[in-house]
Amino acid sequence: MSSEPLLRVENLKTQFFTESGTVRAVDGISFDVHEGEIVGLVGESGAGKSVASMSLLRLVDDPGEIVGGEISYRGETIFGLEEGPDGELREREEMLSESEMRERIRGREIAVIFQDPMETLNPVFTVGGQLREFIELNRDLPSDEAKAQAIDMLREVGIPDPKERYEEYPHQFSGGMRQRVLIAMALACEPNLIIADEPTTALDVTVEGQILDLVDDLQDRYDTSFIWVTHDMGVVAEICDRVNVMYLGEIVEQAPVDELFYETNHPYTNALLDSMPRPDRTVEELDPIEGVMPEAINPPSGCRFHPRCPDAREVCTRVHPEPLEVDRADGYPHRAACVKHDVFDVGYDESVPLEAGDEAETGVGETGTEANVDSDSPLEEDQASTDGGESER
Amino acid sequence: MATTESQLEEQEPGAPEATTDDEDVEARVGWRYTLAKVKRDATARIGFYIVAIVLVIAAFAAVDSNLSRLTFGALSDYRAAQALPFFEHPTALPESGEAQRNVPPAFVDGGTLSHPLGTDPQGRDYFTRIVYGSQVSVSVGLVATAIGLIGGTIVGAISGYYGGWVDDVLMRAVETLYAIPPLVLIIVFIVFVSDGSPDIRYAVIGVGITFIPVFARIIRSRVLSVREMDYIEAARAAGVKDRNIIRRHVIPNSFAPVLVYATLQIGVTILIVAGLSFLGYGAQPPTPDWGEMLRIAHGRYMHSNIWLSIWPGLAILVTIMGFNLFGDGLQDALDPRIKN
Repeated sequence: MSSEPLLRVENLKTQFFTESGTVRAVDGISFDVHEGEIVGLVGESGAGKSVASMSLLRLVDDPGEIVGGEISYRGETIFGLEEGPDGELREREEMLSESEMRERIRGREIAVIFQDPMETLNPVFTVGGQLREFIELNRDLPSDEAKAQAIDMLREVGIPDPKERYEEYPHQFSGGMRQRVLIAMALACEPNLIIADEPTTALDVTVEGQILDLVDDLQDRYDTSFIWVTHDMGVVAEICDRVNVMYLGEIVEQAPVDELFYETNHPYTNALLDSMPRPDRTVEELDPIEGVMPEAINPPSGCRFHPRCPDAREVCTRVHPEPLEVDRADGYPHRAACVKHDVFDVGYDESVPLEAGDEAETGVGETGTEANVDSDSPLEEDQASTDGGESER
Repeated sequence: MATTESQLEEQEPGAPEATTDDEDVEARVGWRYTLAKVKRDATARIGFYIVAIVLVIAAFAAVDSNLSRLTFGALSDYRAAQALPFFEHPTALPESGEAQRNVPPAFVDGGTLSHPLGTDPQGRDYFTRIVYGSQVSVSVGLVATAIGLIGGTIVGAISGYYGGWVDDVLMRAVETLYAIPPLVLIIVFIVFVSDGSPDIRYAVIGVGITFIPVFARIIRSRVLSVREMDYIEAARAAGVKDRNIIRRHVIPNSFAPVLVYATLQIGVTILIVAGLSFLGYGAQPPTPDWGEMLRIAHGRYMHSNIWLSIWPGLAILVTIMGFNLFGDGLQDALDPRIKN
């Protein structure tokens, strides 16, 4: 369990240099993926999940750029910087070149399942032809063997009449069937790691359930590791072994899945869990997170979640917490980036609660049950912007 | 639907190894569907038939240079030479004594059925020359448009796909080309490369090059949206080379609008090359090019024999009208927003 991980990401930073400023889409995240594991990457829209996962393949489009950190896969350096003789950062010698990435890593070692099955298949080619192209490319098989493999893979992911369907075009497939094809494409090249970028978001729940079962089943059989990017805590609970919760480009909580759900240690994770629709609660009882995620161009000072956090105190606007180990479960650390935990020791207990006053304080651990949190949110955001200037980041 | 399927048709030359028999069938079905739609439109149908007739005539002229004798048998005494490759045409003059110079068309006093459109001042059967002219015009139109289409597609696809400085350099170059009046550019090109002896080959290449900018810009604008599609990202994530992404994913999905534009452009090409020949920079005597025939007829025989100007003029008019009507119809048929 504590052997060398399949993929190790350390302090990864990906930024977009736009005209209105630098967007810190991914701002120093660290996590690892072990063999045969499904690791979740969870967060709201815009948290940087997709950018983070594309960074792993070095597929960040201009004006985006990976500016720091280290990514290693099975001892090979996908990305790494070092200080050159002139003091400038430069790419490390052993870092894989672009053509090595293309020929050895992308598709062969790390494959991707994309979010929208409607858009991810080329409309002008047959489904089978595209699947065959990927197999030919990544497994060096001749055309006819690749075709046989492609048909096998279609059968494997549960497509009826794979021989006939092989010749059909994407528009002749339903959404769920296309997603199965995409999974087949990812699996067909027998990668060790699959990045699934919200693969069930565009599907209805029954199909989603089928796809999750399928992935679970295939994962058992092929022992492939997954990075599962999603915003759906329900999916996380169902499929993941360990979870990373992302907020505004940072990982705020990191824990094995059961631990995350039962011993939640970060208010943001709590809020995410509370905003999940559940059959035993009505819409009125649902607690969505207040406000929207701020722009990553100009993140709030201190803890980035504090403008929306029900537990926020004055100290949160000043201290920017790194995820630290607050607990241990199943041999993995449980990390949380929230100063309310004792390991931080920055004076959270003595600090004055922000605006919401006493009520907010009692809400620790059971976020946002107070009705007045709602009305306070504009004030909180106000607070964030006035405090923004004077604080250390 | 129609758009997608015509794209299928078009991706075949670019990606022959990907073509299975079934894709072939699928593509042809789509092509037939588009043609059926074109045929429902009356003007497009006229255009289609004109184009078809011109193509058939041109093909016959290419296959058998004795066309005139074949179709009119003993009516024609024009002894054409053996079958020749494109751009080379029977040049032999009738033996002197046999030659009947300046015969008017058959329906005019003094005309004869053996020369339905009369003869020219050298005694050559004018009908035969017009027929050969179709071969010159059609091949000129197709080749020059193809040069523009292929060149423009490559430039536009690379420019749009890579973006950044590649895009800047290519697009500025293309715009420079665009800024010069085409006829001036072509003539300068011909003078520059032909070394004093203009030839229709240079005219074709010159016209083709001036078409690159407009095709490049159409393709580029399509590529800009296609390159954002997830299947492009998926191909990159699977480790497909850029070259193959452009060839197999970007171009086939961007091709429909340029294809339509190309059919419209064939007519324009024929007109421009005829114009160049008329100015003396294109086909040279004795090639039976319509523009060239017009030049001779207009320059020396305008007053003595008006028919010499009328026939090639009519031929140009009808052919270009055919291509334009057909191109318009094709555009309507391929545009999913226009339902008829």
